[in-house]
Amino acid sequence: MTTHPLRVPAPRKARTPFRIRATTSLAASGFLLPNVILLALFTLFPLVYAFVISFQSLDSLGWTTWAGFGNYVTMFTDPVFWQSMANTGVFTLFTVPVGMALGLAIAVLLNGVLPGRAVFRSIIFLPLVVSGVATGVLGAWMFDQNNGFIDKMLQAVGLPSIDWQSNGAWALTAIILVTLWQRVGFDMLIYLAGLQGVDPAVQEAARVDGASGWQSFRYITLPLLGPSTFFLLIMNLIYSFQVFDTVWAMTRGGPGYSTTTIVSYAYRLAFDESGPSLLGYGAAVGVVIYLITLAVTAVQWRLNTRRELAEQGM
Amino acid sequence: MSSLTDVFEVGSELPAVERKPARQPKPPRGRLLWLRLTAAIVIAVVMAFPLYWMLLTAFSTRADLYAPGLHLWPRHLTIDNFVQPFQAFPVWRWFGNSLFITVVTTVITVICNLLAGYAFAKLRFRGRNALFLVLLSTMMIPPQAIIVPQFKLSVGLGLYGSLWSVILPESAVIFGVFLARQFFIAIPDELVEAARVDGAGQLRAFWSVVLPLCKPLLAVLILLTFMGEWNAFGWPLVALSGDQDQFTLPIGIVADLQGQYTSNYGAIMAINLLMILPIVILFLAFQKYFVEGLARSGLK
Repeated sequence: MTTHPLRVPAPRKARTPFRIRATTSLAASGFLLPNVILLALFTLFPLVYAFVISFQSLDSLGWTTWAGFGNYVTMFTDPVFWQSMANTGVFTLFTVPVGMALGLAIAVLLNGVLPGRAVFRSIIFLPLVVSGVATGVLGAWMFDQNNGFIDKMLQAVGLPSIDWQSNGAWALTAIILVTLWQRVGFDMLIYLAGLQGVDPAVQEAARVDGASGWQSFRYITLPLLGPSTFFLLIMNLIYSFQVFDTVWAMTRGGPGYSTTTIVSYAYRLAFDESGPSLLGYGAAVGVVIYLITLAVTAVQWRLNTRRELAEQGM
Repeated sequence: MSSLTDVFEVGSELPAVERKPARQPKPPRGRLLWLRLTAAIVIAVVMAFPLYWMLLTAFSTRADLYAPGLHLWPRHLTIDNFVQPFQAFPVWRWFGNSLFITVVTTVITVICNLLAGYAFAKLRFRGRNALFLVLLSTMMIPPQAIIVPQFKLSVGLGLYGSLWSVILPESAVIFGVFLARQFFIAIPDELVEAARVDGAGQLRAFWSVVLPLCKPLLAVLILLTFMGEWNAFGWPLVALSGDQDQFTLPIGIVADLQGQYTSNYGAIMAINLLMILPIVILFLAFQKYFVEGLARSGLK
């Protein structure tokens, strides 16, 4: 719907009967109202309210006292807050790059000539429709340190069993592996869609010029997949930063706080740990989650703009 | 099987670069093909195995599950795991609650998204772009960041303690509006104008002229919303906490089953299977739309 700046303004408008124009604004408000009311009431207002609550102390009797920056000061000196930040960081560091690399490798494998490749794609994609809770519950069983499949398999091949549940580092590893299982199909799907846009003729030309298979992949295919990589990076970063259901269903954040991510900490604070007395503190942690998400999105915006400028040769 | 195979040819569904058949890379020679096929089979087995293990566990006897040694196939099949939890917990209630919440939320969400998407694509009104940007910015709000105020709001509005405390906030989404808008933009304005000149009202033009052309959009919206709601956990966990009779399946599994059946994985896996089955069937039947909807989200 772009109009040329030099064109005589809107010849079409003159043809539109007045009755239609007059009712358009009215109709638009009618069409928009349900969605706008829901979003304003249940998303925009709570966002503003979250900032307000984060400056309050709310106790279980419903008493509200102003805490100033108290919740934020508590947060910065709270070792569990920093531990859950670190856990979230480790989780993100291992799930995002590894998941994307695996997804890319599988996409390349299944993009080529291969009998039954559509069936393979379906199988790899399937875990994605299984919910985070189902995945977490299943993961808890697979990694059960007494009777779980993984330890039984390790023993069957003569390896020592691993204390997946009582050792914090191993518990986090188990969550990372389960998450990779669930998410790799998404990376594969987006890379497959990206690979469809790569013209095989370009690679063939490189081959003729003497490039090896790896070189043509590294210097031709990979750069052409830039937009897919970029999209996946942002989506996966945000997802990993906000992980909750898999973690909660699998370990409840334990043992201790060793698998507590930032979102599960916010939940524990507000609704689980000490009753509703820490609602204000939980809201403050929520505000920090929002600010970090905002920062990631802003960086995406900047980098994306720069990339587009670079592609245009500016 | 043909639907299963065609459908995953993602590229054919997307406006990607046309491939000329002559430019296809030459099929790899025998050994390379076998190598790749082996790799694909190994990956598929690893990916499918946990789901097989869930199925096996759900139908295994307790004695078999906790017997020493690794057994990859069933020895004694039983349906006890499905009977027991149904007697001890209101599993059918949970299933019904899940279904009710999911269906009502999907209906509300899809109708609101379609209407708003249409308004943003086809109706000209003041502040259209500004309003769209404001609404779009809500996509960046992590649901967990606003969970405390949503809880207080739900209590304040008197919703807390009813299934509506889940349904209404979960219906407030913008992603579908974005998807719908993209779809409606592609429909020629002349079509709508012709209907309007013929005397149709805005709603009628939308309902009987535009909507019938948007079946794929409808399918994608319904499927993605349904799947998202059926699997929802975070907000329902807060909004439904307390009353066992109001739990959805995911909440029931985590709050009750896991808590009280700590080591009875046969029963837990049986209900887990019951929870994922509707979505897996839905996926297998409509995977074209699922895949299209998700792949589309990757293309700006």
